[in-house]
Amino acid sequence: MTAAGRAAPRALPVGRHALLLEVGTAAEAQDLHAELLRRRAAGTLPPVREIVPAARTVLLDGLADPSALAADVARWEVPPQAGAGHAPVLTVPVRYDGADLADVAALWGVAEDEVARVHSALEFRVAFCGFAPGFGYLTGLPEHLHVPRRATPRTAVPAGAVALAGPYTGVYPRSSPGGWQLIGRTEAVLWDPAREPAALFAPGTRVRFEVCA
Amino acid sequence: MRFLTVVRAGALTTVQDLGRPGHAHLGVPRSGALDRPAHRLANRLAGNPEDRATLETTATGCALRAETAVTAAVTGAPCPVRVDGRPAAWGAPVRVPAGAVLEVGAATAGLRSYVAFAGGVAVPPVLGSRSHDVLSGLGPAPLADGARLPLGAPCGPAGAVDAVPCAAPPAELVLPVVLGPRDDWFTPGALRVLAGGGFTVSAAGNRVGLRMDGPALERARDGELPSEGVVLGAVQVPPDGRPVVFLADHPTTGGYPVAGVVAGAALAAAAQAVPGTPVRFLPTAA
Repeated sequence: MTAAGRAAPRALPVGRHALLLEVGTAAEAQDLHAELLRRRAAGTLPPVREIVPAARTVLLDGLADPSALAADVARWEVPPQAGAGHAPVLTVPVRYDGADLADVAALWGVAEDEVARVHSALEFRVAFCGFAPGFGYLTGLPEHLHVPRRATPRTAVPAGAVALAGPYTGVYPRSSPGGWQLIGRTEAVLWDPAREPAALFAPGTRVRFEVCA
Repeated sequence: MRFLTVVRAGALTTVQDLGRPGHAHLGVPRSGALDRPAHRLANRLAGNPEDRATLETTATGCALRAETAVTAAVTGAPCPVRVDGRPAAWGAPVRVPAGAVLEVGAATAGLRSYVAFAGGVAVPPVLGSRSHDVLSGLGPAPLADGARLPLGAPCGPAGAVDAVPCAAPPAELVLPVVLGPRDDWFTPGALRVLAGGGFTVSAAGNRVGLRMDGPALERARDGELPSEGVVLGAVQVPPDGRPVVFLADHPTTGGYPVAGVVAGAALAAAAQAVPGTPVRFLPTAA
Protein backbone atom coordinates (compact mmCIF):
# COMPACT_ATOMS: atom_id res chain seq x y z
CA MET A 1 0.00 0.00 0.00
CA THR A 2 1.16 3.50 -0.76
CA ALA A 3 0.98 6.56 1.43
CA ALA A 4 -2.33 7.43 -0.23
CA GLY A 5 -3.70 4.08 0.92
CA ARG A 6 -3.89 2.67 -2.58
CA ALA A 7 -2.36 -0.55 -3.80
CA ALA A 8 -0.14 -0.39 -6.87
CA PRO A 9 -1.90 -1.49 -10.07
CA ARG A 10 -1.96 -5.25 -10.67
CA ALA A 11 -0.28 -6.14 -13.99
CA LEU A 12 -1.89 -9.02 -15.94
CA PRO A 13 -0.19 -10.62 -18.95
CA VAL A 14 -1.79 -10.07 -22.38
CA GLY A 15 0.18 -11.98 -25.00
CA ARG A 16 3.81 -11.05 -25.65
CA HIS A 17 3.41 -7.33 -26.32
CA ALA A 18 0.72 -5.99 -24.01
CA LEU A 19 -0.11 -5.55 -20.36
CA LEU A 20 -3.42 -5.06 -18.57
CA LEU A 21 -3.15 -2.86 -15.49
CA GLU A 22 -5.99 -3.49 -13.06
CA VAL A 23 -7.09 -1.36 -10.11
CA GLY A 24 -9.97 -1.53 -7.66
CA THR A 25 -12.31 1.25 -8.69
CA ALA A 26 -13.41 3.37 -11.64
CA ALA A 27 -11.85 6.46 -10.03
CA GLU A 28 -8.50 4.69 -9.64
CA ALA A 29 -8.67 3.58 -13.28
CA GLN A 30 -9.19 7.19 -14.39
CA ASP A 31 -6.30 8.33 -12.20
CA LEU A 32 -4.07 5.56 -13.58
CA HIS A 33 -4.98 6.58 -17.14
CA ALA A 34 -4.11 10.22 -16.37
CA GLU A 35 -0.83 9.07 -14.81
CA LEU A 36 0.06 6.98 -17.87
CA LEU A 37 -0.63 9.93 -20.20
CA ARG A 38 1.50 12.14 -17.94
CA ARG A 39 4.37 9.64 -18.00
CA ARG A 40 4.13 9.24 -21.78
CA ALA A 41 4.20 13.03 -22.25
CA ALA A 42 7.18 13.25 -19.89
CA GLY A 43 9.00 10.53 -21.83
CA THR A 44 9.22 8.21 -18.82
CA LEU A 45 6.93 5.50 -20.25
CA PRO A 46 8.42 2.93 -22.68
CA PRO A 47 7.12 3.36 -26.25
CA VAL A 48 3.55 2.06 -26.53
CA ARG A 49 1.09 1.98 -29.46
CA GLU A 50 -2.18 2.07 -27.54
CA ILE A 51 -3.26 3.20 -24.08
CA VAL A 52 -6.84 1.96 -23.66
CA PRO A 53 -8.65 2.83 -20.43
CA ALA A 54 -11.74 0.87 -19.40
CA ALA A 55 -13.91 0.32 -16.33
CA ARG A 56 -11.26 -0.96 -13.87
CA THR A 57 -8.25 -1.33 -16.13
CA VAL A 58 -5.89 0.37 -18.55
CA LEU A 59 -4.50 -1.71 -21.43
CA LEU A 60 -1.04 -0.95 -22.80
CA ASP A 61 -0.53 -2.51 -26.23
CA GLY A 62 2.55 -2.53 -28.45
CA LEU A 63 5.16 -2.81 -25.69
CA ALA A 64 8.63 -4.18 -26.43
CA ASP A 65 9.06 -5.62 -22.93
CA PRO A 66 5.81 -5.94 -20.96
CA SER A 67 7.43 -7.85 -18.07
CA ALA A 68 9.92 -5.04 -17.40
CA LEU A 69 7.09 -2.53 -17.23
CA ALA A 70 5.04 -4.90 -15.04
CA ALA A 71 7.91 -5.03 -12.56
CA ASP A 72 8.19 -1.23 -12.63
CA VAL A 73 4.43 -0.67 -12.19
CA ALA A 74 4.46 -2.76 -9.00
CA ARG A 75 6.39 0.11 -7.39
CA TRP A 76 4.19 2.93 -8.70
CA GLU A 77 2.25 5.31 -6.51
CA VAL A 78 -0.58 6.73 -8.55
CA PRO A 79 -1.72 10.04 -7.10
CA PRO A 80 -5.49 10.55 -6.83
CA GLN A 81 -6.98 12.96 -9.37
CA ALA A 82 -3.71 13.32 -11.26
CA GLY A 83 -4.32 15.93 -13.91
CA ALA A 84 -8.03 16.27 -13.16
CA GLY A 85 -9.67 19.54 -12.33
CA HIS A 86 -7.57 21.53 -14.80
CA ALA A 87 -9.07 20.39 -18.08
CA PRO A 88 -11.80 22.67 -19.45
CA VAL A 89 -15.36 21.40 -19.14
CA LEU A 90 -17.13 20.57 -22.40
CA THR A 91 -20.77 21.71 -22.39
CA VAL A 92 -23.24 19.64 -24.43
CA PRO A 93 -26.75 21.07 -25.03
CA VAL A 94 -29.49 18.48 -24.57
CA ARG A 95 -33.22 18.42 -25.25
CA TYR A 96 -34.48 16.16 -22.46
CA ASP A 97 -37.30 14.42 -24.31
CA GLY A 98 -36.04 10.82 -24.51
CA ALA A 99 -38.40 7.88 -24.97
CA ASP A 100 -37.44 6.43 -21.55
CA LEU A 101 -37.74 9.69 -19.58
CA ALA A 102 -40.79 8.47 -17.65
CA ASP A 103 -39.12 5.15 -16.77
CA VAL A 104 -35.95 6.89 -15.59
CA ALA A 105 -37.99 9.40 -13.55
CA ALA A 106 -39.80 6.50 -11.88
CA LEU A 107 -36.51 4.71 -11.12
CA TRP A 108 -35.07 7.93 -9.70
CA GLY A 109 -38.26 8.69 -7.75
CA VAL A 110 -38.64 12.16 -9.24
CA ALA A 111 -41.15 13.89 -11.52
CA GLU A 112 -40.50 13.51 -15.24
CA ASP A 113 -39.49 17.15 -15.71
CA GLU A 114 -37.01 16.83 -12.81
CA VAL A 115 -34.74 14.42 -14.73
CA ALA A 116 -33.29 17.26 -16.81
CA ARG A 117 -32.53 19.37 -13.75
CA VAL A 118 -30.87 16.51 -11.87
CA HIS A 119 -28.84 15.24 -14.85
CA SER A 120 -27.69 18.68 -16.01
CA ALA A 121 -26.54 19.61 -12.51
CA LEU A 122 -23.90 16.86 -12.48
CA GLU A 123 -20.37 16.91 -13.86
CA PHE A 124 -19.28 13.87 -15.84
CA ARG A 125 -15.98 12.53 -17.04
CA VAL A 126 -15.35 10.30 -20.04
CA ALA A 127 -13.94 7.17 -18.41
CA PHE A 128 -13.38 5.23 -21.62
CA CYS A 129 -14.65 4.60 -25.14
CA GLY A 130 -15.95 1.46 -26.80
CA PHE A 131 -18.98 -0.04 -28.55
CA ALA A 132 -18.52 2.31 -31.53
CA PRO A 133 -15.98 4.99 -32.54
CA GLY A 134 -16.54 8.05 -30.35
CA PHE A 135 -18.96 6.34 -27.93
CA GLY A 136 -17.83 7.43 -24.47
CA TYR A 137 -18.76 5.86 -21.15
CA LEU A 138 -19.20 8.86 -18.83
CA THR A 139 -18.99 8.44 -15.07
CA GLY A 140 -20.43 10.92 -12.58
CA LEU A 141 -23.89 9.57 -11.75
CA PRO A 142 -24.15 9.00 -8.01
CA GLU A 143 -25.05 5.43 -7.13
CA HIS A 144 -28.71 6.13 -6.30
CA LEU A 145 -29.20 7.34 -9.90
CA HIS A 146 -27.81 4.19 -11.57
CA VAL A 147 -30.43 2.53 -13.78
CA PRO A 148 -30.53 -0.89 -15.48
CA ARG A 149 -30.41 -1.37 -19.23
CA ARG A 150 -33.75 -1.80 -20.95
CA ALA A 151 -35.06 -5.36 -20.79
CA THR A 152 -35.38 -5.32 -24.59
CA PRO A 153 -32.77 -3.40 -26.59
CA ARG A 154 -33.98 -1.14 -29.40
CA THR A 155 -33.00 -2.14 -32.93
CA ALA A 156 -32.29 1.52 -33.77
CA VAL A 157 -31.33 4.35 -31.43
CA PRO A 158 -30.94 7.69 -33.24
CA ALA A 159 -27.60 9.52 -33.45
CA GLY A 160 -27.28 12.09 -30.66
CA ALA A 161 -29.45 10.12 -28.21
CA VAL A 162 -28.38 10.79 -24.60
CA ALA A 163 -28.76 7.62 -22.60
CA LEU A 164 -28.14 5.95 -19.24
CA ALA A 165 -27.10 2.42 -18.25
CA GLY A 166 -25.66 1.26 -14.94
CA PRO A 167 -23.21 3.88 -13.67
CA TYR A 168 -22.79 5.44 -17.12
CA THR A 169 -24.15 8.21 -19.27
CA GLY A 170 -23.48 7.97 -23.02
CA VAL A 171 -24.38 9.67 -26.27
CA TYR A 172 -24.86 7.55 -29.41
CA PRO A 173 -22.45 8.92 -32.05
CA ARG A 174 -24.53 7.43 -34.88
CA SER A 175 -27.73 5.46 -35.28
CA SER A 176 -27.23 1.94 -33.94
CA PRO A 177 -28.98 -0.78 -31.96
CA GLY A 178 -28.87 -0.08 -28.23
CA GLY A 179 -30.22 -1.10 -24.86
CA TRP A 180 -29.59 2.04 -22.85
CA GLN A 181 -32.40 4.20 -21.38
CA LEU A 182 -32.94 7.27 -23.56
CA ILE A 183 -33.41 10.56 -21.70
CA GLY A 184 -32.75 13.13 -24.42
CA ARG A 185 -30.89 14.10 -27.57
CA THR A 186 -28.21 16.52 -28.65
CA GLU A 187 -27.30 18.17 -31.94
CA ALA A 188 -23.62 17.96 -31.02
CA VAL A 189 -21.57 15.87 -33.47
CA LEU A 190 -19.92 13.26 -31.24
CA TRP A 191 -17.81 11.66 -33.94
CA ASP A 192 -16.41 13.04 -37.19
CA PRO A 193 -13.30 11.28 -38.49
CA ALA A 194 -12.56 14.28 -40.74
CA ARG A 195 -12.42 16.60 -37.71
CA GLU A 196 -9.49 17.08 -35.34
CA PRO A 197 -10.17 15.74 -32.78
CA ALA A 198 -12.47 13.13 -34.32
CA ALA A 199 -14.08 12.25 -30.98
CA LEU A 200 -15.75 14.90 -28.83
CA PHE A 201 -15.66 12.47 -25.89
CA ALA A 202 -12.04 11.31 -25.63
CA PRO A 203 -11.15 9.55 -22.36
CA GLY A 204 -10.49 12.07 -19.58
CA THR A 205 -12.76 14.78 -21.03
CA ARG A 206 -14.93 16.57 -18.43
CA VAL A 207 -18.52 17.04 -19.59
CA ARG A 208 -21.61 18.93 -18.46
CA PHE A 209 -25.02 18.63 -20.09
CA GLU A 210 -27.03 21.82 -20.47
CA VAL A 211 -30.81 21.97 -20.79
CA CYS A 212 -31.89 23.43 -24.10
CA ALA A 213 -35.55 24.13 -24.75
CA MET B 1 -7.04 9.94 -63.78
CA ARG B 2 -6.05 6.28 -63.36
CA PHE B 3 -8.83 4.08 -62.11
CA LEU B 4 -10.42 0.64 -62.12
CA THR B 5 -14.05 -0.28 -62.64
CA VAL B 6 -15.49 -3.12 -60.58
CA VAL B 7 -16.93 -5.72 -62.98
CA ARG B 8 -17.65 -8.39 -60.34
CA ALA B 9 -17.39 -7.41 -56.68
CA GLY B 10 -17.43 -10.96 -55.29
CA ALA B 11 -18.81 -12.10 -51.95
CA LEU B 12 -16.94 -9.51 -49.88
CA THR B 13 -14.05 -7.60 -51.40
CA THR B 14 -12.69 -4.72 -49.33
CA VAL B 15 -9.90 -2.17 -49.62
CA GLN B 16 -7.22 -2.89 -47.01
CA ASP B 17 -3.86 -1.50 -45.98
CA LEU B 18 -1.96 -1.76 -42.68
CA GLY B 19 -4.92 -0.35 -40.74
CA ARG B 20 -5.36 2.53 -38.32
CA PRO B 21 -3.63 1.58 -35.06
CA GLY B 22 -3.33 4.21 -32.35
CA HIS B 23 -7.03 5.07 -32.00
CA ALA B 24 -8.21 2.16 -29.83
CA HIS B 25 -8.85 4.54 -26.91
CA LEU B 26 -11.54 6.21 -29.05
CA GLY B 27 -13.22 2.88 -29.82
CA VAL B 28 -11.64 2.63 -33.29
CA PRO B 29 -10.57 -0.90 -34.32
CA ARG B 30 -7.12 -1.27 -35.88
CA SER B 31 -8.50 -2.97 -39.04
CA GLY B 32 -6.19 -3.61 -42.01
CA ALA B 33 -5.35 -6.68 -44.12
CA LEU B 34 -5.97 -9.94 -42.24
CA ASP B 35 -3.14 -11.79 -43.99
CA ARG B 36 -0.42 -9.18 -43.60
CA PRO B 37 2.39 -11.14 -45.27
CA ALA B 38 0.22 -11.71 -48.36
CA HIS B 39 -0.76 -8.01 -48.48
CA ARG B 40 2.89 -6.94 -48.19
CA LEU B 41 4.03 -9.41 -50.84
CA ALA B 42 1.34 -8.27 -53.31
CA ASN B 43 2.53 -4.70 -52.88
CA ARG B 44 6.19 -5.61 -53.37
CA LEU B 45 5.35 -7.54 -56.54
CA ALA B 46 3.44 -4.53 -57.90
CA GLY B 47 6.37 -2.21 -57.10
CA ASN B 48 4.62 -0.52 -54.16
CA PRO B 49 5.64 0.33 -50.60
CA GLU B 50 3.98 -2.16 -48.22
CA ASP B 51 1.50 0.36 -46.87
CA ARG B 52 -0.34 0.90 -50.18
CA ALA B 53 -3.96 -0.24 -50.22
CA THR B 54 -4.77 -3.60 -51.85
CA LEU B 55 -8.02 -5.49 -52.35
CA GLU B 56 -8.85 -8.35 -49.98
CA THR B 57 -11.25 -10.89 -51.50
CA THR B 58 -13.32 -13.49 -49.67
CA ALA B 59 -13.53 -16.98 -51.21
CA THR B 60 -15.10 -15.97 -54.53
CA GLY B 61 -12.54 -13.48 -55.91
CA CYS B 62 -13.49 -10.44 -57.98
CA ALA B 63 -13.03 -8.88 -61.42
CA LEU B 64 -11.87 -5.39 -62.35
CA ARG B 65 -11.47 -3.53 -65.60
CA ALA B 66 -8.30 -1.45 -65.84
CA GLU B 67 -9.28 1.87 -67.44
CA THR B 68 -5.59 2.62 -67.94
CA ALA B 69 -2.80 0.08 -68.27
CA VAL B 70 -1.62 -1.09 -64.85
CA THR B 71 0.63 -3.69 -63.25
CA ALA B 72 -1.19 -5.92 -60.77
CA ALA B 73 -0.24 -8.85 -58.53
CA VAL B 74 -2.40 -11.47 -56.79
CA THR B 75 -1.24 -13.25 -53.61
CA GLY B 76 -2.78 -14.84 -50.52
CA ALA B 77 -5.27 -17.59 -51.26
CA PRO B 78 -4.20 -19.32 -54.49
CA CYS B 79 -6.70 -18.81 -57.32
CA PRO B 80 -6.85 -18.74 -61.10
CA VAL B 81 -5.89 -15.33 -62.54
CA ARG B 82 -6.97 -14.24 -66.03
CA VAL B 83 -6.54 -11.10 -68.11
CA ASP B 84 -9.31 -10.80 -70.71
CA GLY B 85 -9.87 -14.52 -70.37
CA ARG B 86 -6.23 -15.55 -70.88
CA PRO B 87 -4.47 -17.31 -67.99
CA ALA B 88 -2.02 -15.10 -66.11
CA ALA B 89 0.34 -15.65 -63.20
CA TRP B 90 -0.64 -15.85 -59.55
CA GLY B 91 2.10 -14.51 -57.26
CA ALA B 92 3.86 -12.48 -59.95
CA PRO B 93 3.51 -9.05 -61.58
CA VAL B 94 0.80 -9.12 -64.26
CA ARG B 95 0.48 -6.45 -66.92
CA VAL B 96 -3.17 -5.48 -67.47
CA PRO B 97 -3.61 -3.41 -70.67
CA ALA B 98 -6.00 -0.45 -70.77
CA GLY B 99 -9.57 -1.72 -71.07
CA ALA B 100 -8.70 -5.30 -70.12
CA VAL B 101 -10.45 -7.19 -67.32
CA LEU B 102 -8.40 -8.75 -64.52
CA GLU B 103 -10.31 -11.78 -63.26
CA VAL B 104 -9.35 -13.02 -59.79
CA GLY B 105 -11.00 -16.41 -59.56
CA ALA B 106 -12.45 -18.28 -56.60
CA ALA B 107 -9.84 -19.43 -54.09
CA THR B 108 -8.72 -22.99 -54.78
CA ALA B 109 -7.38 -23.15 -51.22
CA GLY B 110 -7.53 -20.72 -48.34
CA LEU B 111 -10.02 -17.87 -48.14
CA ARG B 112 -8.60 -14.42 -48.90
CA SER B 113 -6.63 -13.32 -51.95
CA TYR B 114 -4.86 -9.94 -52.11
CA VAL B 115 -4.78 -7.88 -55.30
CA ALA B 116 -2.26 -5.06 -55.51
CA PHE B 117 -2.04 -2.46 -58.29
CA ALA B 118 0.97 -0.29 -59.07
CA GLY B 119 0.34 2.96 -57.17
CA GLY B 120 -2.15 1.34 -54.81
CA VAL B 121 -5.89 1.82 -54.49
CA ALA B 122 -6.14 5.54 -53.73
CA VAL B 123 -9.56 6.03 -52.12
CA PRO B 124 -9.55 8.83 -49.52
CA PRO B 125 -8.03 7.68 -46.20
CA VAL B 126 -10.00 7.85 -42.93
CA LEU B 127 -7.87 8.41 -39.82
CA GLY B 128 -4.78 7.65 -41.85
CA SER B 129 -5.98 4.38 -43.38
CA ARG B 130 -7.92 3.19 -46.44
CA SER B 131 -9.03 -0.02 -44.72
CA HIS B 132 -12.70 -0.94 -44.57
CA ASP B 133 -13.62 -1.94 -41.04
CA VAL B 134 -16.63 -4.27 -40.97
CA LEU B 135 -17.27 -3.62 -37.26
CA SER B 136 -17.42 0.20 -37.23
CA GLY B 137 -18.03 0.83 -40.94
CA LEU B 138 -15.05 3.21 -41.11
CA GLY B 139 -13.20 3.49 -44.41
CA PRO B 140 -14.37 2.90 -47.98
CA ALA B 141 -17.45 0.73 -48.51
CA PRO B 142 -16.92 -2.87 -49.72
CA LEU B 143 -16.65 -3.14 -53.49
CA ALA B 144 -19.92 -3.02 -55.45
CA ASP B 145 -20.45 -3.90 -59.11
CA GLY B 146 -19.87 -0.84 -61.30
CA ALA B 147 -17.96 1.14 -58.64
CA ARG B 148 -14.83 3.06 -59.62
CA LEU B 149 -11.59 2.76 -57.68
CA PRO B 150 -8.96 5.47 -58.16
CA LEU B 151 -5.32 4.39 -58.37
CA GLY B 152 -2.28 6.28 -57.06
CA ALA B 153 0.77 7.15 -59.11
CA PRO B 154 3.12 4.18 -59.62
CA CYS B 155 6.21 4.69 -57.54
CA GLY B 156 8.66 2.08 -58.74
CA PRO B 157 9.27 -0.82 -61.09
CA ALA B 158 7.41 -4.04 -60.48
CA GLY B 159 9.19 -6.15 -57.91
CA ALA B 160 11.68 -8.76 -58.99
CA VAL B 161 10.98 -11.71 -56.72
CA ASP B 162 12.72 -14.95 -57.60
CA ALA B 163 10.29 -17.40 -56.08
CA VAL B 164 7.03 -16.69 -54.34
CA PRO B 165 6.26 -19.28 -51.70
CA CYS B 166 2.73 -20.53 -52.21
CA ALA B 167 1.90 -21.36 -48.62
CA ALA B 168 -0.36 -24.36 -48.66
CA PRO B 169 -3.37 -23.58 -46.49
CA PRO B 170 -2.98 -25.51 -43.28
CA ALA B 171 -4.74 -28.86 -43.01
CA GLU B 172 -4.82 -28.03 -39.31
CA LEU B 173 -4.67 -24.53 -37.86
CA VAL B 174 -2.18 -24.46 -34.99
CA LEU B 175 -2.57 -21.43 -32.73
CA PRO B 176 0.02 -20.83 -29.98
CA VAL B 177 -1.75 -19.08 -27.08
CA VAL B 178 -0.19 -17.21 -24.17
CA LEU B 179 -2.64 -17.64 -21.28
CA GLY B 180 -4.11 -14.56 -19.63
CA PRO B 181 -5.28 -12.06 -18.70
CA ARG B 182 -8.44 -13.90 -17.51
CA ASP B 183 -7.52 -17.60 -17.66
CA ASP B 184 -8.41 -17.72 -13.95
CA TRP B 185 -12.07 -17.21 -14.97
CA PHE B 186 -12.06 -20.76 -16.36
CA THR B 187 -11.92 -24.16 -14.70
CA PRO B 188 -8.73 -26.24 -15.01
CA GLY B 189 -10.90 -28.61 -17.05
CA ALA B 190 -11.73 -25.81 -19.49
CA LEU B 191 -8.04 -25.11 -20.09
CA ARG B 192 -7.51 -28.82 -20.77
CA VAL B 193 -10.39 -28.67 -23.25
CA LEU B 194 -8.73 -25.68 -24.94
CA ALA B 195 -5.48 -27.63 -25.30
CA GLY B 196 -7.18 -30.88 -26.22
CA GLY B 197 -8.26 -30.08 -29.76
CA GLY B 198 -11.78 -30.81 -30.92
CA PHE B 199 -12.31 -27.35 -32.39
CA THR B 200 -12.99 -26.53 -36.00
CA VAL B 201 -13.29 -23.18 -37.77
CA SER B 202 -16.94 -22.09 -37.83
CA ALA B 203 -18.61 -20.61 -40.91
CA ALA B 204 -19.86 -17.76 -38.68
CA GLY B 205 -16.46 -16.05 -38.52
CA ASN B 206 -15.59 -12.79 -40.25
CA ARG B 207 -12.98 -10.00 -40.14
CA VAL B 208 -13.93 -9.36 -36.50
CA GLY B 209 -13.10 -12.82 -35.26
CA LEU B 210 -12.42 -16.44 -36.09
CA ARG B 211 -15.25 -18.40 -34.49
CA MET B 212 -15.04 -22.00 -33.35
CA ASP B 213 -17.31 -25.00 -33.45
CA GLY B 214 -16.51 -27.48 -30.72
CA PRO B 215 -16.63 -27.97 -26.98
CA ALA B 216 -17.58 -25.17 -24.59
CA LEU B 217 -15.08 -23.82 -22.07
CA GLU B 218 -16.50 -23.95 -18.56
CA ARG B 219 -16.28 -20.83 -16.44
CA ALA B 220 -14.93 -21.04 -12.90
CA ARG B 221 -16.92 -18.01 -11.84
CA ASP B 222 -20.20 -16.35 -12.66
CA GLY B 223 -20.87 -12.70 -13.07
CA GLU B 224 -19.81 -10.08 -15.51
CA LEU B 225 -16.37 -8.76 -16.16
CA PRO B 226 -16.30 -4.95 -16.34
CA SER B 227 -15.39 -3.87 -19.89
CA GLU B 228 -11.64 -3.94 -20.53
CA GLY B 229 -9.33 -3.31 -23.46
CA VAL B 230 -8.70 -6.24 -25.79
CA VAL B 231 -5.89 -6.92 -28.26
CA LEU B 232 -5.50 -8.51 -31.68
CA GLY B 233 -5.39 -12.30 -31.27
CA ALA B 234 -7.33 -12.27 -27.98
CA VAL B 235 -9.19 -15.54 -27.34
CA GLN B 236 -12.45 -14.21 -25.95
CA VAL B 237 -15.02 -16.60 -24.54
CA PRO B 238 -18.65 -15.44 -24.78
CA PRO B 239 -21.40 -17.01 -22.64
CA ASP B 240 -21.84 -19.98 -25.02
CA GLY B 241 -18.30 -21.07 -24.09
CA ARG B 242 -16.96 -21.30 -27.67
CA PRO B 243 -13.74 -19.30 -28.05
CA VAL B 244 -13.48 -16.48 -30.59
CA VAL B 245 -10.03 -15.39 -31.82
CA PHE B 246 -10.10 -11.66 -32.47
CA LEU B 247 -8.91 -10.53 -35.90
CA ALA B 248 -8.18 -7.02 -37.22
CA ASP B 249 -11.70 -5.55 -36.93
CA HIS B 250 -12.15 -6.63 -33.30
CA PRO B 251 -13.89 -4.33 -30.78
CA THR B 252 -11.44 -2.28 -28.70
CA THR B 253 -13.09 -3.11 -25.37
CA GLY B 254 -15.14 -6.08 -24.28
CA GLY B 255 -16.83 -7.60 -21.28
CA TYR B 256 -16.30 -11.32 -21.89
CA PRO B 257 -13.19 -12.88 -20.35
CA VAL B 258 -10.10 -13.36 -22.54
CA ALA B 259 -8.48 -16.72 -21.74
CA GLY B 260 -5.33 -16.08 -23.75
CA VAL B 261 -3.78 -14.32 -26.72
CA VAL B 262 -2.71 -15.92 -30.02
CA ALA B 263 0.69 -14.78 -31.29
CA GLY B 264 0.41 -12.29 -34.14
CA ALA B 265 2.51 -14.47 -36.47
CA ALA B 266 -0.19 -17.17 -36.42
CA LEU B 267 -3.00 -14.84 -37.47
CA ALA B 268 -2.17 -14.85 -41.19
CA ALA B 269 -2.87 -18.59 -41.26
CA ALA B 270 -6.03 -17.98 -39.21
CA ALA B 271 -7.19 -15.54 -41.91
CA GLN B 272 -6.87 -18.30 -44.54
CA ALA B 273 -8.52 -21.12 -42.58
CA VAL B 274 -11.71 -22.20 -44.30
CA PRO B 275 -14.73 -23.33 -42.27
CA GLY B 276 -14.30 -26.89 -41.05
CA THR B 277 -10.51 -26.63 -40.65
CA PRO B 278 -9.43 -28.39 -37.41
CA VAL B 279 -7.92 -25.99 -34.86
CA ARG B 280 -5.37 -26.89 -32.21
CA PHE B 281 -4.59 -24.33 -29.52
CA LEU B 282 -1.16 -24.63 -27.90
CA PRO B 283 -1.52 -22.84 -24.55
CA THR B 284 1.58 -21.73 -22.67
CA ALA B 285 1.79 -19.91 -19.38
CA ALA B 286 2.65 -16.21 -19.60
